Amino acid sequence: MIEVNNLQVSYGNVRALEGISLKVERNATCAIIGPSGCGKTTLLYTLAGLIRPEEGTIYIGGEELSGIRRSTGIILQDYGLFPWKNVWNNVALGLQVRGETKEKISETVSNILAVLGIGHLSCKYPAELSGGEKQRVAIGRTLAMKPDLLLMDEPSSALDAITKEHIQNLILKLYKSAPLTMVIVTHSIEEAVFLGQKIIVMGKAKIKHVLDNPYFGDEELRSRMEYCKICLEVRKWMDRGE
Amino acid sequence: MLQSPVIPSPFAAVLNFITILPAVLLPHELASLARIIAAAAFSLLLGLPLGLLTGMNNKADRLITPIVYILYPIPKVAFLPVLMILFGLGNASKIILISIIVIFQIIVTTRDGVHELGKEYFLSAESLDMSRAQLYRHIIIPAIMPKIITALRLTVGTSIAVLFFSENFAARYGIGYFIMNSWVVVNYVEMFSGILALSIMGLLLFKIIDKLESRFCAWMEV
Repeated sequence: MIEVNNLQVSYGNVRALEGISLKVERNATCAIIGPSGCGKTTLLYTLAGLIRPEEGTIYIGGEELSGIRRSTGIILQDYGLFPWKNVWNNVALGLQVRGETKEKISETVSNILAVLGIGHLSCKYPAELSGGEKQRVAIGRTLAMKPDLLLMDEPSSALDAITKEHIQNLILKLYKSAPLTMVIVTHSIEEAVFLGQKIIVMGKAKIKHVLDNPYFGDEELRSRMEYCKICLEVRKWMDRGE
Repeated sequence: MLQSPVIPSPFAAVLNFITILPAVLLPHELASLARIIAAAAFSLLLGLPLGLLTGMNNKADRLITPIVYILYPIPKVAFLPVLMILFGLGNASKIILISIIVIFQIIVTTRDGVHELGKEYFLSAESLDMSRAQLYRHIIIPAIMPKIITALRLTVGTSIAVLFFSENFAARYGIGYFIMNSWVVVNYVEMFSGILALSIMGLLLFKIIDKLESRFCAWMEV
């Protein structure tokens, strides 16, 4: 689904990504983990078509990426919700932008809000929601557009520990009910191991190591010893020098 | 000093206000209100696009903003005779005078509002693949609406002061004309009734702006 070859991105004289190559299979999930400033968000934005690389190529679904792709959904770190639109209108926005009919928008938004358990919040504004509820709305807005590739930038970084697990469980549940390709950027080892089928450990602007996670998909994974083992493995690679 | 006939009793002024309101004051009040609303609409119609242009486009900002800064502090009331020659003695010159004073506040507020918009909103809009028109409709205009409402509120006082001035020239209707005419004919009770009508017009304008705020900026009240 995703094929990245020798990607290079710079901000002025600062190299944000250098020689990045990776592959993610269709309907697989990939977690990108690394310290702050290592370039993981830049990589995600480049995959979304929001940043143009200086060098290298990105193929998504067999086609070379040259800008924003209609079937790619992205959830930004701060949820990307618009404070002046209520929950319903935030979720409906992507569909309105695409010129869908009112009936289609109404049906899709109602279904998504029900699936995410936030139907009762449809008239609320983002300022009236908790962090977890905002994240559900952001997920809803992206899923409403039926993407085949979902990019998430630190989906639970601003949430408390309990809500964080609820959101991660929700993402896994949604994935299992309708598989799609997912790339999740995170600085949480636990999140990377719980949501990533493939875990990419990044150092400064480069990929340090790629791990396969055979335990992905187990909803009870957090209470198993294998989870701790793979978390330790990821930590080892994160702590290893460049 | 309070015994002076120049300052009638509040009771006499209010009683006179109630008595002359339907037949005498209302036509003047409505004429003034129409001029102010027309000036506000004209200023928004012209100032909003200019503010958006300077806010969104760096080249336009570099070109237009210095002109705005040069023109903003000029005491434009001095141009009333020129406007009367150019646009006649009727409503047009009065409306244009108010507009060329309040438009600067609209332009500067709109431009600053756009500049203050967080980068994350543009990123989010870009990720949804919005067109330029959709960006203005769904993001920029709703986001800066509270600032525009505040600018309108701030311009009410200035607009009424300029209206009062302009209605003293070549006008037969308008609350400014009524007040000054009452003063000239030494009818102080009527003059104070006119001042009361002017205050009520101000209250009405603020209430209209409050309603617009509730309608377009409901999200600010949560």
